[in-house]
Amino acid sequence: MVSSIPKDSQSVSELKEFYRQMVLIRKFEEAAAKAYSVGKIGGFLHLYIGQEAVGVGSIAALTPKDYIVSTYRDHGHALARGLSPKPLMAELFGKGTGISKGNGGSMHFFDRNAHFMGGHGIVGGHISLAAGIAFASKFKKEDSVTICFFGEGAANIGSFHEGLNLAAIWKLPVVFICENNHYAMGTPEYRALAVKDVSVRAYAYDIARDHIEGDEVRKVRDHVQVAVERARRGEGPTLIEVSTYRFRGHSMSDPAKYRTKEELEAYKKKDPLMRARHELELGGIKTEELDKMDLEIQTQVDEAYQYAETSPEPPLSQLHKYVYSEDK
Amino acid sequence: MAILTYREALNRAMVEEMEKDPSIYLMGEEVGHYQGAYKVSQGMLEKFGEERVIDTPISENGFAGIGVGSAMVGLRPIIEFMTWNFSLVAIDQIINSAAKMNYMSGGQFPMPIVFRGAGGAGGRLGAQHSQAFESWYAHCPGLKVVCPATPKDAYGLLKSSIRDNNPTIFIESEVLYGSKGEVPEQEYTIPLGLGEIKRKGTDITLVTWSRALGFAEEAAAILEKEGISVEIVDLRSLRPLDENLIYESVKKTNRALVVEEGWPVAGFGAQIAYLIQKNAFAYLDHPVERVTQMDVPMSYAANLERMSLPNATRVADTIREMLQ
Ligand SMILES: Cc1ncc(C[n+]2csc(CCOP(=O)(O)OP(=O)(O)O)c2C)c(N)n1
Repeated sequence: MVSSIPKDSQSVSELKEFYRQMVLIRKFEEAAAKAYSVGKIGGFLHLYIGQEAVGVGSIAALTPKDYIVSTYRDHGHALARGLSPKPLMAELFGKGTGISKGNGGSMHFFDRNAHFMGGHGIVGGHISLAAGIAFASKFKKEDSVTICFFGEGAANIGSFHEGLNLAAIWKLPVVFICENNHYAMGTPEYRALAVKDVSVRAYAYDIARDHIEGDEVRKVRDHVQVAVERARRGEGPTLIEVSTYRFRGHSMSDPAKYRTKEELEAYKKKDPLMRARHELELGGIKTEELDKMDLEIQTQVDEAYQYAETSPEPPLSQLHKYVYSEDK
Repeated sequence: MAILTYREALNRAMVEEMEKDPSIYLMGEEVGHYQGAYKVSQGMLEKFGEERVIDTPISENGFAGIGVGSAMVGLRPIIEFMTWNFSLVAIDQIINSAAKMNYMSGGQFPMPIVFRGAGGAGGRLGAQHSQAFESWYAHCPGLKVVCPATPKDAYGLLKSSIRDNNPTIFIESEVLYGSKGEVPEQEYTIPLGLGEIKRKGTDITLVTWSRALGFAEEAAAILEKEGISVEIVDLRSLRPLDENLIYESVKKTNRALVVEEGWPVAGFGAQIAYLIQKNAFAYLDHPVERVTQMDVPMSYAANLERMSLPNATRVADTIREMLQ
């Protein structure tokens, strides 16, 4: 592991914050997986474990006025945006106190105030939505930037191509972040993608591109920052591929038999959390301090779990509510 | 008789047909190496190879179009949508290409293609993944729409759909894949457009298809103990529709209730209610009623999903009211 040691106190405290967020995501999802296995969470549960540095690094490049659009694999993005674990866990439990009032579930986290524009379940559909949000920012002459996360599998659907072209011709302030975890469900990228690096598709739309490894959180932030600034200057979209890996199956119901143990173990050696921890230690943070941090985060997650468990289900009167905007 | 699951019955139908006709291929996401997202195509890649069991990228509109184009020139594709929710990305090719090709070419291009996959609510999958779309497709002339409820029907109807020279929308129920039933070992087909009386009765006719058959059967069993005799008509296909089977039953029972998984407004049950009042008006002792999913998108919350979906209690309650 080539390590970039944080040199000054500012980069140490920055990395500490990123580490905290990544540990929160990991522990949150480990708790969710546990809840799923005992039937407290239903439906699909797609874990982000292994990819934490992508969400945390990317979102760190944003200001509160910027927008985030995510997929069904949205827990990490929501937590990185600073949303409280309590209403997120409650959403997973289908409770009325959930971030989407229990209507959404794991795949559909939404928080209007945080400009967290959802959790979307149809692969790639949200890519043109992201372009639309960016379109509105430009239309309203606001300098917000939108970032859109999706997997490499989504780069093969029409909405990706149409969304990128529209964003390109209208120079929309949007950054498309392809989290290439090398598998779309059970399909390895080489069997589905005509290119080896999704970001080369930027050439087809004459927009900026970038490619980075996703295990180094500060590097992700730095690269995404460049793209966000470009978008804010009105110079149009960027397509970034971030190479990463999910340590779990596609969802809780996928045993992931299509990949080898060796491959998984090799990627686990590049665990972004381990890397950040190592770098913090090299930067002078004591192991005990990091352990203490881990413990505090675990407590926070336990509290969220407790909150979710003891929260009531949505009232039955909610069934017909929110179908139309008049229903408050 | 062999006991097969619904998924095994579908698998057997595809395998047998593909063994007979080399122009048939199966295409879709995860159908090959992964053995099917719902394991319907288990073992088929090994049997037929990558040329005929074809994994696709996530490109529904694209591979639906590949299917339609290839069917224009002699192939007989089976296009699998992982679920029908994702068919919406491809609905242009289904409605604007497949359904109209034969008609707008003046009969030059028959369209022997099957679009199949999982439909309906799978269990807390939320609003974008819990939708019953048979009424949408049944709306469109040029398509055949098939919705089997049992392994036996799934097998016989899929074979007919594959042999049919028209585009067939074959909607499997996501919650029925693991359900078991008797399937004759002898090869057979079930013609599209032939319904079946799944239970004989005298007091009321229950018209249903796919997963909702389960709600109907459960309700019928409850009501039997109360001395109410329910007749269940399983349509099996919505297009073509076995109208006479419905009328014959209604003429006997004088009451009809349609039970369907989908939304009420412009749902297929509304069409059935129309047909019954039009063609068996004189025999009716009660307006035709419907039990459907609530008129809302599907919530993830367990209690709201339960409330939204039709169930045996709602069916039984409605029947009791109708018989008062
Ligand atoms: C249009 C559409 N087709 C199929 C699916 C089913 N599906 C959900 S996630 C997924 C794989 C997506 O892979 P990728 O885009 O690489 O993202 P990842 O899950 O790896 O984060 C598939 C096929 C879907 N949700 N939407």
